[in-house]
Amino acid sequence: MHKVLLGKSGKKVLLLGNEAIVRGALEAGVQFASTYPGTPASEIGDTFSRIAKDAGIYFEYSTNEKVAFEAAAGAAFSGLRSMVSFKHFGLNVASDSVSPVAYVGVEGGMVVVFADDPSGWSSAQSEQDSRCYAKFVHMPMLEPSNSQECIDFVKIAFNLSEKFKIPVFIRLTTRVNHTRGVVTLSRSVKGDRKAKFVKDLEKYNNLPPKIIKMHADISKKIENIRSEVSEKSELNRVVNNDVSGELGVITSGVSFNYVMDALDELNIKLPVLKLGITYPLPKKKIGEFLKKLKSVIVVEELEPFLEKEIQAIAKDANPTLKIFGKYEKAEKRGGEKLFPIAGEYTPKLVLIALAKAANKKLDFDYDGHMEKYNKLQIARRFPVLCPGCPHRTTFYAVKKAAGEDAVIGGDIGCYMLGVFPPFETLDFILSMGAGLGVAHGIKKAGLTTKEGKRKVVAYVGDSTFFHAGIPALINMVFNKSNVLVIALDNRITAMTGFQPHPGTGKTGLGEPTEQIKIEDIARACGVKNVKVVDPYNIKDMMSTVKEFLEKDEVSVIVAKRQCYLLEYRAKRRKGIETPIFEIVDELTDAEKKAIVEFGCPAYYIDEEGKMQIDKSMCWGCASCVQLVGQGKIKPMEK
Amino acid sequence: MVENAKDVKEFNVVVIGVGGQGLLTLAGIISEAALKQGYDVKMSELHGLSQRGGSVACQIRFGEKIYSSLIKPGRADLIIALEPLEALRAAKFASEKKTTIIINTHKTKPVSVMVSNEKYPSLEAVKKELKDFVKDAIDTDATEIAIKATGTPVTANIYMLGIASARGLIPIEKAMLLESIKETVPEKYFEMNKKIFEVAK
Repeated sequence: MHKVLLGKSGKKVLLLGNEAIVRGALEAGVQFASTYPGTPASEIGDTFSRIAKDAGIYFEYSTNEKVAFEAAAGAAFSGLRSMVSFKHFGLNVASDSVSPVAYVGVEGGMVVVFADDPSGWSSAQSEQDSRCYAKFVHMPMLEPSNSQECIDFVKIAFNLSEKFKIPVFIRLTTRVNHTRGVVTLSRSVKGDRKAKFVKDLEKYNNLPPKIIKMHADISKKIENIRSEVSEKSELNRVVNNDVSGELGVITSGVSFNYVMDALDELNIKLPVLKLGITYPLPKKKIGEFLKKLKSVIVVEELEPFLEKEIQAIAKDANPTLKIFGKYEKAEKRGGEKLFPIAGEYTPKLVLIALAKAANKKLDFDYDGHMEKYNKLQIARRFPVLCPGCPHRTTFYAVKKAAGEDAVIGGDIGCYMLGVFPPFETLDFILSMGAGLGVAHGIKKAGLTTKEGKRKVVAYVGDSTFFHAGIPALINMVFNKSNVLVIALDNRITAMTGFQPHPGTGKTGLGEPTEQIKIEDIARACGVKNVKVVDPYNIKDMMSTVKEFLEKDEVSVIVAKRQCYLLEYRAKRRKGIETPIFEIVDELTDAEKKAIVEFGCPAYYIDEEGKMQIDKSMCWGCASCVQLVGQGKIKPMEK
Repeated sequence: MVENAKDVKEFNVVVIGVGGQGLLTLAGIISEAALKQGYDVKMSELHGLSQRGGSVACQIRFGEKIYSSLIKPGRADLIIALEPLEALRAAKFASEKKTTIIINTHKTKPVSVMVSNEKYPSLEAVKKELKDFVKDAIDTDATEIAIKATGTPVTANIYMLGIASARGLIPIEKAMLLESIKETVPEKYFEMNKKIFEVAK
């Protein structure tokens, strides 16, 4: 049984932040959960997927975050407690519906979990700070610092949501999502509400002029939440309240942990205002806290979201207060900029800043240590496509067939790795589905010039195609483009941990369902040139690419083959042996060059400069055999 | 060996290697055992892009009260490196005052060495560079030993934990570690893992 299902109240277990979110939802009696996978939030949905049937709740992987959000809103309109989760960019996708749902409000509690990713550990698009959404759409926001708080805050969020009939945000960051910590389990409450959507045009109609009243109402709701909840809640509390001093700290989320660690290392005690509810902020409580201080250090990652508010509060509460943070105005007020806006915070960064603000000496020369470390020359180990990955053969073939001059759009998924050597084949990677949309624009922009002759290719993954690729494809047909779209159909959402999508034939509850085919959709969208190609067949892929690049209309190649990591794992589980290949004959320079361009991680050059296949890395896909003369690379004899 | 676990204020472990070497499993085993021992525990892991054959470092901190899961530079007590190049990368966490590093000498060469002419250092070079960073370094061909003893390289991580335990390099009782291994690995593989854990010296 999964740990999040354990019935034992009072038991201590280790849970990942993402698992703790699910546990919190179960302890709150959630009955409906939806998501579109995205790291660092993926394991929330994956945990739901694993336990939903046993827990007796509904769960789905939706086609995208907007649909996931809407589905959860529908459940909350019907009186159930619902949760939707996604990464920060998912909130961008959902945002069109978030604002109106906040306006009309919910019946059952609705919790919207999103995860920011400072430093972009698993995010290609930007380092956005999504906290501003709370202000923008007028929704309360809670920020847990650790796994225990993930459980506790989710329960509080559900109650808050139901009491004020408004969806509530839980904001996480990578280091909360992906940290395992000790939690004490409470009792799980089995949600047993019967869903019923009650018609109420007065409530759900948000057409103008009613929209103006709704805007005023939601602003009032937020003010009520501020005075009744945020000002009073223990979630906004002063740690070390007994300490009086001139310097205080205000922080939230993961930064709180770094602050507490730093105080410990510096062996000092400072009053720390820990904000668990970061929208709406407890302005009075903050004002009271600031009044007792001469200076305050604001510790928050990314934008000066709290600091700007604190500046404004200090104007009345304590006009001579010095503020240490990251906002330009800090310096004007006699404070200092101690933190960067860009990049994730680290315990070291916070320690050094606190030491400076508190005028304390460090007992370890961190900068000296890092200087020494940075002098080491350590070969990079960038992420690579797995051995046997069908994207590798596709990249190799397309690069050869389309030529160096072709513009090639990338998209979001494992195939982003095509940006690294040896492929370096993606000219841009922006956001879900943008490979198609932007490729179309590039094609059209050059239409009346020589640029229009240039070949334009757009890669899109299978899950990405269903998520955001279809409108862009229809747009190409509608507006008479002739981009070549290559759908990398590996039958699964691989990068985020193998979640099923509409083409997989299985739901998030593990039930069989319709397998929607990309080639069928492409044809239904009016694409005339559609071909399904086995990406392992380099020759076929090359000739199809060449043929389609000559067409005057949009073309779609579906490079269809299951993710080899999944296939390999399944084989191992079943005890099916895969061959290990070896080089048995001298390779020509051209053949060696082809192998290097192919970039399979199983290949290496040994101490004598000879090309070899690492036995522990070869998964027996046999795709490299096509790159060399017949019989030169063979399965090893047993 | 571990007389009073509660006396440990904080103990920091880095488990580093290449995606696919069972790093998360090993880090999970250590964390669960630390919880059994009565410590507060935090463990940091990264998923997604960072896993595809890239360098992976799991950080585990346990002790009386632990806030952050991240270990500051120079603050690791123990580093278990499943790969020599990654051992060198872990020097960031190490200090001459207190760090012991256990290095699996089995190399996994990054693609960058083949496609962008980056240099893969010799084992001697790795050890020489590390001298300035650690108090003690132990190297072992854990992968070969694992293959010989259990027929598979995947138990190399448990063998390395066995070394840490046998030499008293981690303040967790052996019984707790074994119990944690038992709860973590599939039942049919437990005996094999127990064997390699106990072979280690």
